[in-house]
Amino acid sequence: MIQDTVTDEVLLRKPKFIAFLFSIILLCFFIIDPSQSIMGELLEPALGDPEKSGIYGHFITSFMLSALLVLNLLAISFIPRFRFQVIVVWVQLLILFLSFFYSFDLSFVFIRSKIWFMITQGIFTTLYVSAISIVIASFIAIIGAIAKMSSNGFAFAIASFYTSFFRGLPLLMQVYLIYLGLPQIGYVIDAVPAGIIALSLCYGAYMTEIFRAGIMSIDAGQWEGSRALGFKFSLIMRKIILPQSIPLIIPPTGNQFIAMLKDSSLVSVIGVWELMFLARTLGNKTFNHMEMLITAAMLYWMMTMVLELIQSRIERKYQKRQSR
Amino acid sequence: MSEDNQNTIGPIISIKDMNKFYDDFQALTDINLDVNVGERIVICGPSGSGKSTLIRCLNRLEAHQSGSVNVNGVELHQHMKNIDKVRSEVGMVFQHFNLFPHMTILENCTAGPMWVNNMPPSDAHEMAMSYLNRVKIPEQANKYPAQLSGGQQQRVAIARSLCMNPKVMLFDEPTSALDPEMVSEVLDTMTDLAESGMTMICVTHEMGFAKRVADRVIFMDEGKIIESNDPIAFFENPQSDRTKKFLSQVLVH
Ligand SMILES: Nc1ncnc2c1ncn2[C@@H]1O[C@H](COP(=O)(O)OP(=O)(O)OP(=O)(O)O)[C@@H](O)[C@H]1O
Ligand SMILES: [Mg+2]
Repeated sequence: MIQDTVTDEVLLRKPKFIAFLFSIILLCFFIIDPSQSIMGELLEPALGDPEKSGIYGHFITSFMLSALLVLNLLAISFIPRFRFQVIVVWVQLLILFLSFFYSFDLSFVFIRSKIWFMITQGIFTTLYVSAISIVIASFIAIIGAIAKMSSNGFAFAIASFYTSFFRGLPLLMQVYLIYLGLPQIGYVIDAVPAGIIALSLCYGAYMTEIFRAGIMSIDAGQWEGSRALGFKFSLIMRKIILPQSIPLIIPPTGNQFIAMLKDSSLVSVIGVWELMFLARTLGNKTFNHMEMLITAAMLYWMMTMVLELIQSRIERKYQKRQSR
Repeated sequence: MSEDNQNTIGPIISIKDMNKFYDDFQALTDINLDVNVGERIVICGPSGSGKSTLIRCLNRLEAHQSGSVNVNGVELHQHMKNIDKVRSEVGMVFQHFNLFPHMTILENCTAGPMWVNNMPPSDAHEMAMSYLNRVKIPEQANKYPAQLSGGQQQRVAIARSLCMNPKVMLFDEPTSALDPEMVSEVLDTMTDLAESGMTMICVTHEMGFAKRVADRVIFMDEGKIIESNDPIAFFENPQSDRTKKFLSQVLVH
């Protein structure tokens, strides 16, 4: 999106809008009744016991909260630089978020006792299962893409059947089907390989389209130029077409990897000891479910943030290379 | 029967009663053409007359539906086994160069000899440099195509084809995508090549080049060969009205 050089007047400078915003927020707060909240406790000296302060206390607490929120928004709108605005809002949201978790009364001792195991066992398994799967999926995708572009009806049929099937079923179901289905035909399989197979097949189906688009975007002149020199199909593919489509394929593949990292949580259902599995099981004995779920959630979030950072770096690098 | 002997006796390219369709549309009709070794042929004609289609049938970038196309003693058809060999002996230069953008100029030139003819890298390198010398851009060897001007890229494309030691060179409007000031450097390279005795078939609208270099000029319209003559007769004394009209249009400016 390209910003206009002339900006509209900031809404939060209009008294009418501020009044409107304030009343809406007040209404919302009034409906959800914040008299039991921290604000209610803070106001206790003035209003008395929040339980008994009735509709009057209820209203005052809502009013105070709304005023605080609107003032905060106003203050943010006065921050001059875009960057600082972003940082302040992020920090505020993060604090809100964490205090929300904090209010669950979590046992941090328990978290601390388990977090190392969650990282070494959980994150490690999540990462390696995803990494192996994305590599296999890429190979499947190359073959699938070539088959889908071929004039051979047999190859096209197989490839389109495959993509249709694996894109049409929920991943969770594929995980079950492979883990429970393969033993039915006499092939007993461990949980980890079953999970890897399910993820590879499913993502291979999605990535087939990515690879196909990447290959198709190469100018027909490259095929003709290579053929005119006497190159055979596999040589053209390996040396001329794929090297040129890789820069187009890598960014969306990175996105797929991030998505797979989260989808790999589905293989926890067959007992692969990855992050999600640990999150569900570690807290069971002592009823510390919330602790483990929140820790795992944070770990997933951090992992994807790091990967997104790497991903944007890679994307920028290839963009530069393209414009050379 | 050795192929090499054959082409010194008969024509190196022989097209007989060839017809070519794109679905229902007939792009070429009853084409008959023999090209002898060392002969230089210029094909001209209005846009859409089938010039590109004709020369693309010669290395089977396009398939013909009836008649026969014989290149260097090999009959081209759908189920032939050695199309790659035929193609490696027929050089082709395109309007838009079709260089490989991810490879350096030198790699563009060595790829064919190394990958198709299994030439050792050092020999391929040496040969590529000698052809780059011949098209007068050895100093660009380690650059990428996008860093060169259009005229330089087209000369690289010519060198790349020559590295395969082709027996015939096909040119499809090699100068039409170039800025005017670059046309002559490419035409000079082609003239050079013609003087060295290369068999050439050029689709081009450069009538000056045709007059200077061609042994035979062929005029096409609506998928047919209308006229085929030596350049003097062709330009001084065109036979058909369509040729006259075409010549009046291209020679006016
Ligand atoms: N791939 C194709 N599919 C269908 N029709 C085609 C195809 N390629 C060419 N044609 C048609 O065949 C006819 C001849 O095309 P061709 O490209 O050989 O003409 P040309 O003489 O090279 O013209 P130009 O001077 O514009 O390059 C044209 O009418 C064109 O529309
Ligand atoms: Mg053409």
